[in-house]
Amino acid sequence: MLATRRTLPAVIAQIGRRAVAAVQAVGRVGHFFGDMGRALPDVGVWGSLLIVQMRRIGVDSLPVALFIAAFTGIVLALQASYTFTGTVPLYIVGAVVGKTLMLELGPVLVGLALAGRVGASNAAELGTMRVTEQVDALETLAYDPQSFLVLPRVLAGTIMFPFVVALGILVGIITGWLTSLALLHLSTAEFVKGLKFLYRFKDTWYSLLKSASFGFTITVVGCQVGLNTRGGAEGVGQATTRAVVYSAMLILVLDAFWAKVLL
Amino acid sequence: MIQFQDLHKGFDGKRVLEGFTLEVRDKETMVIIGFSGSGKSVALKHVVGLLHPDAGDVIVDGRAVSALDRAGLTALRREIGYVFQFAALFDSMSVADNVALGLRRRGLSEDEIEARVREALALVDLTGTDARFPAELSGGMRKRVGIARAIALQPRYILYDEPTTGLDPVTTAVMDRLMIRTRQHLGVTGIVVTHDMKSAYSVGDRIAMLYEGRVRQVGTVAEIQESDDPVVRQFIEGRPE
Repeated sequence: MLATRRTLPAVIAQIGRRAVAAVQAVGRVGHFFGDMGRALPDVGVWGSLLIVQMRRIGVDSLPVALFIAAFTGIVLALQASYTFTGTVPLYIVGAVVGKTLMLELGPVLVGLALAGRVGASNAAELGTMRVTEQVDALETLAYDPQSFLVLPRVLAGTIMFPFVVALGILVGIITGWLTSLALLHLSTAEFVKGLKFLYRFKDTWYSLLKSASFGFTITVVGCQVGLNTRGGAEGVGQATTRAVVYSAMLILVLDAFWAKVLL
Repeated sequence: MIQFQDLHKGFDGKRVLEGFTLEVRDKETMVIIGFSGSGKSVALKHVVGLLHPDAGDVIVDGRAVSALDRAGLTALRREIGYVFQFAALFDSMSVADNVALGLRRRGLSEDEIEARVREALALVDLTGTDARFPAELSGGMRKRVGIARAIALQPRYILYDEPTTGLDPVTTAVMDRLMIRTRQHLGVTGIVVTHDMKSAYSVGDRIAMLYEGRVRQVGTVAEIQESDDPVVRQFIEGRPE
C-alpha cells in the first residue's frame, strides 16, 4: 500500500511529462511547417539546390526502387497464377499485376524502401550538421536552414517520388509480363488483355498522388528529425532510426487515408 | 558596440548565465575566459541570435538581438563573422566554396567572390588549398579556413569560440597571430572565448572572467594578471584548488 502511495505521484508525473513532451512535439512540427512556408519566397537559395537534391533523392534511388519493383512483379504473377489456375481465366494475371502494383504495392513498397534510404540519409546528414554546428554556421552566414537544407529536399522528394514509383510500376509490369510468358505460358496478348481489363485512369493519378504524398512525408520527417538532433554520434543514430520508423508508420497511415478518401 | 545586459539562460533547469553583463567597445578585442561549462559559448551564441535569452538581452549597435525579426536578424548576421570551436565547415564543400558561401548570400559577382576568397585564404596562409575538402585538412587548417570564412565577409565584428582548443602550441601561436593580424587588417571588434590564458594575454585588449553565470572580473590584460581575486588567480595560474 505504502509502495503504491509512493509510486502513484511518480506515475502521474511521468504521464504529465509525456503529455507535455507530446504537445511540445506537435508544436515543433507546427513551427517547422510555419518556417518552411516562410522560406518559400527564398527561391534564390532553394532553387539552385533543387536539381542536386532531385538527382540525389530521385535518380540515385532508382536502383533500389526498380529492384524491389522487378521482384514484386515476378512474385505477383506467380502468386496470381497459383491462386487463379483452374478457377478463372489466367489472363487475369495481367490485371492482378497491373492493378496491385499501381494501387498498392508500387507506391507502398517503394515508399517503405525509400523511407530507409532517403529518410535515413536526410536525418543522418542534417543531424550530423546540427551536432557539428554546421547548421548554426549556416545561420551565422545569413542563410535560413529551411531554405538551404529543408525546402530543396522536401520539394525534390515530392516531385521525384511519383517518377520513381511510376518507373517502378512499369518495371514491375514488365517483369510480371516476362514471368507470365516464360513460366506461366501466357501470351503477350492475354497478359495485355488482363492488364487493360480492370484498368481505370484514376489508378494512375491515384498512384502518383499517393507517391507524391509519401515523398513529401519521408523528406519532411527526415529533415525535421535531423534538425532536432541532440547529442553526438548517439543522437544522430537515434534520429536516423526515428526518421525511418516515423516515415514507415506515416506511409501506412497515409496509405489507409488515401484509400478511404479517394477510392 | 556589443552589450550583454543582465543575460540569463538555462537548459533543462540548469542555470548557465545568471545576470551576465558586459560591454565590448568598438575596435577592441574582448576575451571571455572561464572554466569549461561556465557558459562562455552560450553567451557568444546570443550575440547572433543562435540562442534566445530567458531574460536580459544582447544589444548590438543599439539593436536588441532577441527583439529582431527575421529580416533584422539576417541584417545583423551580415555584420558579424563567427568562428566556431570545431570550425563547422561544410563537409560536402571545398575550402573555396566554404569561404564563398557567405559571400554568395550577399549577392556579389563571381569575380568579386573569387577575389575575396583568394584574399581571405592568403590572410590565413592557406593559399592553394581552394580545391581541398575539410576532411583532407588538419585541425589547425580547418580552424584557419573557419577564420577565412568569417573575414571574407569583411564583418564589423568577429566572434571566436575557443579558437585554439585542441591545437598544439605552435599552431596555437599561429592562430593568435592570425587573430591579431585580422584585427589590424580589418579593424574589427572581436570577442574571443577561450580558457587558454597564453592566448588570452596575447590577443586581448581586455579580459572578462565568467564565473557562476556572471562576470567575476573585467579589466585589461595587466589588471587581470595582477588580480587578487582568488577565483581569477586560481584560473589564470591553473591551480586545481
